[in-house]
Amino acid sequence: MTAKTPSKLEKILAAGHFAVTSECGPPRGSDPTPIIEKAEMIKDYVDAINITDNQTSVCRTCSLAVCIRLKTMGIEPVLQMVTRDRNRIGLQSDILGAAHWDINNILCLSGDHQSFGDCSKGQNVHDLDSMQLLQTVRLMRDEGKFLGGDDIKRPPQMFAGAAANPFADPFEIRVARLAKKVAAGAEFIQTQCIYNLDKFEEWMKGVRDRGLHEKTAIMAGLTPMKSAGMARYMKNRVPGMDVPEEVVKRLADTPKEKQAEEGIKMCIESIQRLKEVEGVRGFHIMAIEWEEKVPGIVESSGLYPRPEV
Amino acid sequence: MIVGEQKPLEELWEYIKDHKKVLVFGCNTCVAVCQQGGNKEAEILASMLRMKATQEGVDIDIQDSGIERQCEHEFFEKAEDRIEWADAVLSTACGIGVQFMAENYPKPIYPGLNTTFLGAVEELGVYTERCQACGQCILARTGGICPIARCAKRVMNGPCGGSTNGKCEISKDVDCAWQLIVDRLKLLGQLDQYEELTPIKDWSSDRAGGPRKLVREDVQHDS
Repeated sequence: MTAKTPSKLEKILAAGHFAVTSECGPPRGSDPTPIIEKAEMIKDYVDAINITDNQTSVCRTCSLAVCIRLKTMGIEPVLQMVTRDRNRIGLQSDILGAAHWDINNILCLSGDHQSFGDCSKGQNVHDLDSMQLLQTVRLMRDEGKFLGGDDIKRPPQMFAGAAANPFADPFEIRVARLAKKVAAGAEFIQTQCIYNLDKFEEWMKGVRDRGLHEKTAIMAGLTPMKSAGMARYMKNRVPGMDVPEEVVKRLADTPKEKQAEEGIKMCIESIQRLKEVEGVRGFHIMAIEWEEKVPGIVESSGLYPRPEV
Repeated sequence: MIVGEQKPLEELWEYIKDHKKVLVFGCNTCVAVCQQGGNKEAEILASMLRMKATQEGVDIDIQDSGIERQCEHEFFEKAEDRIEWADAVLSTACGIGVQFMAENYPKPIYPGLNTTFLGAVEELGVYTERCQACGQCILARTGGICPIARCAKRVMNGPCGGSTNGKCEISKDVDCAWQLIVDRLKLLGQLDQYEELTPIKDWSSDRAGGPRKLVREDVQHDS
């Protein structure tokens, strides 16, 4: 595999290293300090940082602005882009805006439904869906064309990624759905948080049976649990999340003041196990409002230091 | 058919309370099926408004009438006198009927319903959305289930990551349209179709293209 773009993430994957990414949510205000602090804290432990795009439909500083901020700090961003809030004009325009700043990674998503957020009475756009956004990025990059057919002067050079949820229903088409995303142009995949490792491995087998692991770089998604309460919430309330009872039990059986530590330990154990799964090419560590734990997780998982490319 | 839901009585009262002669005017086709705006419902609504007027001590003459459909000229003929009599009309048609009346009569025509969706009678008293009139039907490739009308994100290549146990992420009471599509394609032995990417949609035939119009010249000239 050779890299097609200047993306550092792509180069690391192409060189055969496990890649490591993490993510930060932009602040709910215009003060850049929180995001600068979060990014500084983790930058030496990850290859790139995803910046979420109004995650859970709650209004925040835009992903693009924060990606530019990271870029000026010398940190590699992954621009997350949802199809909920912008039509094809807005999406293409923001892709070019990102390319203007030489942002070289994009993650194409549909986005949570707006009813989860602070604007539940708003419209959603969904002019394109996440697969069609992938196709758009690849068209703009590979053909140097807008959707309307016109040429782009200096096309964007973006490593194109998508999310995959190995646990959402219907399970029987979850591999087929990944195949569709690969066909649409996904070069890397960041998965939903993995707690049910058996089910993930079953999915990966299906992925390997179709050779999809050779066509796209699958990065396993992990979120350390802070407490038994969080595990229960994720199990019962978060759509598309698969948290087995034994995960909840292990945390619940741990004294309250030690649960966070146990959650980190479980996350590291998961990474160790997933490293052995053929086709897993990296890890996406989503420590929600717990970024300070990322360096420790990366180090303890044997993923530090990060390779130079 | 078009499904509608009667507006709260208080809101309707606010519309009519300053008029002297009000006609509550039913539309006896679509919105009669969901028992919200038919001629019978117009009659009931008129009597409720008369009671309200009595309670409020306001002197308004409230009558009722109705026709088969408020979206076609020919049906209005037999109600001309009643409409002429009124100084305001409370139409219990869908938004189409209300507008069509307003174009033809120089007096206030108020909406009695909220037009809710294009739907089916799932069972008596239960109506559910099926179509958003996007102008380019894709049902042939989605097993006869519309992701535009029935997926909360109108995802064309679904399902999204929020589908759980056959339900949509917005509510456990809402079926995931893509679960239904996958189940249906499987039943039809067409699951291989699932992997075909649905191309980017041309929304210009939808609301996005502006108000839509269909002209059938052949029919036009015959009449």
